[in-house]
Amino acid sequence: MSEHSGVAYTKAIRDFLAEAEEIVEQLAVELADLFDMSASGELNPDLLNSIFRGAHSLKGLAGMFGFSEVAELAHTMENLLDMVRLGKCKINQQVIVVLIESQELLTKLVGTLATGGSAGMAEEIAACVARIDVCLSPVEKAAGSSPLDSLGLSAQVLSSLTEYEEYRLTENISKGRTIFNVHASFDLSTFDQDLSQITDLLKSCGEVVSTLPSVGANMETHIDFDMILGSEWDLGDVKDLLEQSGVSVTQLGRAATIKLPTPTVPVAASAADLQTVSAPKRVELEVPVQNIPTIPTTSEDVVQSAKSMSRTVRVDIGKLDELMNIVGELVLSNSTIADISVKMRTEGFSRISIELGKAAKALERKLTELQKGVIEIRMIPVGQLYEKMSRIVRKISREQSKKVELKFFGAETELDKLIVEDISDPMMHIIRNAIDHGIESCEVRARRGKSESGTIRISAFQKGNHVVIEVEDDGNGIDIEKVKGIALRKGLVSDVSTMRDRDVLEFIFLPGFSTSDAVNEVSGRGVGMDVVKNNITALSGMVDVETRLGEGSRFIITLPITLAIIKALIISCSGRMYALPITSVLESLILNDSEIMTIERKEVIQVRETTLPLLRLETFFDIRRAAERPEEYYVVVVGIAEKRLGIVVDDLLCQQDIVIKPLGDSFRQSHGIAGAADLGDQRTILVLDVGGIINETIRSGS
Amino acid sequence: MDDSAAMRAMLVAVIEPLCECQIVEATSGFEALRLLPRERIDLILTDINMPDINGLELISYLRSNPNYSSIPVFIISTESSLNDMEKGKQLGAAEYVVKPFDPVHLQHLITSYLEPAR
Repeated sequence: MSEHSGVAYTKAIRDFLAEAEEIVEQLAVELADLFDMSASGELNPDLLNSIFRGAHSLKGLAGMFGFSEVAELAHTMENLLDMVRLGKCKINQQVIVVLIESQELLTKLVGTLATGGSAGMAEEIAACVARIDVCLSPVEKAAGSSPLDSLGLSAQVLSSLTEYEEYRLTENISKGRTIFNVHASFDLSTFDQDLSQITDLLKSCGEVVSTLPSVGANMETHIDFDMILGSEWDLGDVKDLLEQSGVSVTQLGRAATIKLPTPTVPVAASAADLQTVSAPKRVELEVPVQNIPTIPTTSEDVVQSAKSMSRTVRVDIGKLDELMNIVGELVLSNSTIADISVKMRTEGFSRISIELGKAAKALERKLTELQKGVIEIRMIPVGQLYEKMSRIVRKISREQSKKVELKFFGAETELDKLIVEDISDPMMHIIRNAIDHGIESCEVRARRGKSESGTIRISAFQKGNHVVIEVEDDGNGIDIEKVKGIALRKGLVSDVSTMRDRDVLEFIFLPGFSTSDAVNEVSGRGVGMDVVKNNITALSGMVDVETRLGEGSRFIITLPITLAIIKALIISCSGRMYALPITSVLESLILNDSEIMTIERKEVIQVRETTLPLLRLETFFDIRRAAERPEEYYVVVVGIAEKRLGIVVDDLLCQQDIVIKPLGDSFRQSHGIAGAADLGDQRTILVLDVGGIINETIRSGS
Repeated sequence: MDDSAAMRAMLVAVIEPLCECQIVEATSGFEALRLLPRERIDLILTDINMPDINGLELISYLRSNPNYSSIPVFIISTESSLNDMEKGKQLGAAEYVVKPFDPVHLQHLITSYLEPAR
């Protein structure tokens, strides 16, 4: 084809020359990168593909415009590159060198096109072509069914995958990556920006193999996309990364380690559960760390790939538990040493004992630091939950046709990772309730003179050795009279006239209690506030509620910062010893029998201005006293959140650091016991769960 | 659409003399998706290898959207993508044309598809 007549053609040729130059320049840069990369052994498929497309474009163009030498050379290069990118041919540094030489020749050629003098280069070109052909060494393709079959891809997606994409997908699978399908729906006016935001995020954790547009529900205004992602991350982490984006992620085919939410059982994680200690933040283009060297997913990373591994390490949380245990044992051993030093003094070895004592003290300081360090490793900011919440709130409020604004405070407040995980579900149920029953519809809100959007405030802050999470809404509030009515009707109480509002509200945490007349689809089924409360109590936490009718409600969740090593007060009662976490102990008093008063069959004492309910520990645990009741007692005043209780014990023994170890499942029903601890001299004692005791006492009226 | 400006210019040169049609150019599948709702398109010429979504994905989308499913699609691509072009046909592409193509041949094809519309 050599009719270069007409204005259109002249413009076309000018465009061609400009473009051809651009392409060969780009090829030069990319081939250089490829060469650098080849040193590390792993080649970036995107880079390879880009080089292929460059050669491919150039070939097509040159062919169209009749520049056959360029076309021929480009064609040979394209051929080789196509084989390589489809895995049909091996590539190594030598091959890359040949490619680079070819590209240099190509550049020369293109340069001569403008001036029309490419005649004398025929030999060079032929030689180059021959060199390239030598590199074509086909790789044995493994026989057998395609792994793509087991992925469960829809026919639509499968049929629109190009050969290259199929190959990339197969590669990802054979490298042991998990394949995910990410589905999103975008507004037609902004879809390309939205989509590129998502694909950037996806590229930071793996390879985006294909992007398929499809027609979704709102075809006039929206366009849907299904992206296939190959990644070494697990489903939970990928979902976390995309939390705010309103996309859905499903895993295809082979199961990797899938994180399932476990609402009731606090996870004593199995060794196979890999979790990030420092979880990925929602920053675009962050490079996550993998223990296995992976193909860098963006070509800019390529050159620095050796050094720029992120600074986080994934740690199995079971290992952290072990570490904690060991530190706990160290603390106990140290106590023993301190004891020995004291004994030595009494036996006349005072000089040595002083030295030993000093050493023990120094060791104790170091151990405290170590302890702190290990605890800190397990701490993660509550803010991680916040991102999850936003997405779900958007979904629920859409389902309910209500407008809800979510406000977060205290995202940096830190909690033990296991607690954060286990508190997520209860919080979600509370929030769900707040949207279902709390926040009113727009019309009702308008009528009440409230802003169109309901607000849910979630704040987290530290209070002593606890973390408080509050979920507050500005909706309906809880109708206390209604609660009283239902309680009476269900026979939960006979007389409500003298009950304080605060105690009436406790009723909502009883099983089967619901103030909504219609059990609606969303929250009516399955989970009631009693389950929420149980889950929180299982974490040694407490939940309280405050409300004002018409104005809103506030749920207050109080949690211990960590469940592991704590300082405890060792007490004895009826010949047995127990441990009380110091953080819950407010003060201790000595008390005489005569000071105890009885009000409504409950024992109380007067402490300064307030009346303090009492609990005799032996009554709580139903232990019979062997000897006679002493006349004098110690009362340990404990409290969590706003609740107070005086626990009557025989003696206060000492204060000690202990490691709480969980008891088996058979003890799970025993409210009031947080676990057991080793006292160091082979004695094992029970650790009291103050929250549980307080709850039981209130519930049963002691 | 084609991501090469020169290619597009070439195609324009081939098509222009054929009819009094308006040629809308797009550099990528995305751009096409953006343009589609705004113009009344009678024929689509696309490549397979494009930066964002590939030609097959575009065809799949067009076929599944009732607004666009009746628009004939030609795939114009190089012979190394023959497998892909077959797939394209299966997906519903009307014709496929191999680059470098004979412009007369392409002109014939286009005319035959556009005739009934007029």
